[in-house]
Amino acid sequence: MSASRARAWLLTERPSSPLQAYLGRQYLNARRFLANRTATWGLAIIALLAFVAAAAPLLAPYDPIAIDLNRSLQPPSLSHWMGTDEFGRDILSRIIYGTRVTLYIVGLVLVLTAPIGLLIGCVSGYVGGWVDIILMRLTDIVLAFPSLILALAFVAALGPSVENAVIAIAITRWPPYARIARAETLTLRRSEYISAIRLQGASTARIVFRHIVPMSLSSVVIRATLDMAAVILIAAGLGFLGLGAQPPTPEWGAMLSTGRKYLLGAWWVGTFPGLAIFLVSMGFNLLGDGLRDVLDPRSTR
Amino acid sequence: MSAGAGIRLLLRWVTILPITFLGLIAVTFVIGRIMPIDPVILIVGQDASKEAYDRVYHELGLHLPLYEQFLIYIGDVLRGDFGMSISTAQPVIEDIKRVVPATLELATIGTVIGTLLGVPMGIVAAARQGTWIDSTIRVVSLIGYSVPVFWKGLMLLLLFYAVLGWTAGPGRIAVYYDGIVDVRTGLLLVDSLLAGEIEIFWNAVDHMILPAVSLGYAASAYITRMTRSFMLDQLNQEYITTARVKGLAEWRVVLFHAFRNTLVQLVTVIALTYGILLEGSVLTETVFAWPGLGQYLTKALFNGDMNAVIGATIVIGAVFVTLNLTSDILYRMLDPRAQ
Repeated sequence: MSASRARAWLLTERPSSPLQAYLGRQYLNARRFLANRTATWGLAIIALLAFVAAAAPLLAPYDPIAIDLNRSLQPPSLSHWMGTDEFGRDILSRIIYGTRVTLYIVGLVLVLTAPIGLLIGCVSGYVGGWVDIILMRLTDIVLAFPSLILALAFVAALGPSVENAVIAIAITRWPPYARIARAETLTLRRSEYISAIRLQGASTARIVFRHIVPMSLSSVVIRATLDMAAVILIAAGLGFLGLGAQPPTPEWGAMLSTGRKYLLGAWWVGTFPGLAIFLVSMGFNLLGDGLRDVLDPRSTR
Repeated sequence: MSAGAGIRLLLRWVTILPITFLGLIAVTFVIGRIMPIDPVILIVGQDASKEAYDRVYHELGLHLPLYEQFLIYIGDVLRGDFGMSISTAQPVIEDIKRVVPATLELATIGTVIGTLLGVPMGIVAAARQGTWIDSTIRVVSLIGYSVPVFWKGLMLLLLFYAVLGWTAGPGRIAVYYDGIVDVRTGLLLVDSLLAGEIEIFWNAVDHMILPAVSLGYAASAYITRMTRSFMLDQLNQEYITTARVKGLAEWRVVLFHAFRNTLVQLVTVIALTYGILLEGSVLTETVFAWPGLGQYLTKALFNGDMNAVIGATIVIGAVFVTLNLTSDILYRMLDPRAQ
């Protein structure tokens, strides 16, 4: 099948199967996405992050935690592109391995917050009544909390570690998902196809999980992408204060905190990890912003 | 908006604010309970006798049922009693009163800078929607969202203090000026002017520039985006077309017609920004060695001074929550679509 025929098949006004209709819609979305420069730049950065994390052992020129005191605090050179830190570790290698820590934190936070928020929001919207009032009050309360400060206090009490940092961040970051899911559910609940499913005898749980949750996913994806940018900054902030990953884990925030000590004598120790944090956070922001333009035509503002 | 809806929103504010405070207090209570350090040993030390241990255990009320402890805790917090700080040997509330003005001063100047940068950028972006100016402003504000505040602070210090030598370094005032001016308001810029110490005033300004610009840029990212969005809403309305048809100059239409109608909404956004900056000051103050609430909190973290950590968390949290909820309700009152 030639490319133009494939296009005609995808864009037909009268799809002959649900699959064809679905593929056609995805094709249009993909085209809109690729035409959006913000989104493609964001996707490129995130793809690079994922690639570097996956291929870290192949890409890193040195062992990220091997100490070599003879080479401590060396400025960037051909053998150490980003210089070395106070223990003589290669900063480029540590940044490369740091992508794994960053993805691990972001992934765990997402796995904790999105399902909790989705569940609370969908149940709240679908069941309504007192359940809705109580769950939404709770959501409003947590939404008003300052998340960085509470995360700080939580980690201070739980003890510093990546996992505790993740829990502390997740505790305050599920409400936006709940709000989105509830709003979507309220719209969907009145739709005719949900009534049709209910008339067929589907249980509430089935309607919520099999029909309403999947429909609200696209809004949740946009929100999650934008949220990841903020989560990276908070996690790096915790690492910077010594409350996240512990040495010798190559975590960017913690590396930056070392860089602060040597700022005047060795600028490279703090500069490059910060640049990495910035780049990844920017990537998620660009992608989320672009996705919103593509998937949510209502908010072209 | 009808009067009824306004009253409903007001009632909502009156109910949700205390509930949220209670939630905040409950969270800090839990934080105080889950820590693995025994608070009694923290006071009496490892080698204390059984009697001393039991006495402190009772004094702290740890023998009471949990709900009673919680009620007592609420009472303490409402009276501003956060206990003693183990690192300064002062009541935590006294410490906080001492350091708060430095943070307020920084967050205020930061908000002013953020507004002065963000509002014009937002107006221009909306007026030139879809052009390269709009895209450039979008990227500038996305960068503002994405830069880690502490790194931005370090880079500013590196460039403007270490390399170029244009501004003062970390701290709030040069060491040799420290403690000269009488503390009246606690705001160094105001106090030095009141005392007629112009040199000290300029030294304080010099120290203020970098941290305030650092916070202000972060604030401007959010303000720009909201201003642009409010302006676009207005510019798409029919009265704007009418004004244009009348032959008014475009800048008049944008500034006197559209912008004037976004002012009230903007005030709510700026209030919210102020709350965000109070929180953002924790990291910024640490980088700039700014002796405010944020630095107090991080120092307490390192010293394992949980009373101080929780006290500072509650104070920052309470201000944040108040600004957050108030601006949210105000926004809904003023924006008919949000209802």
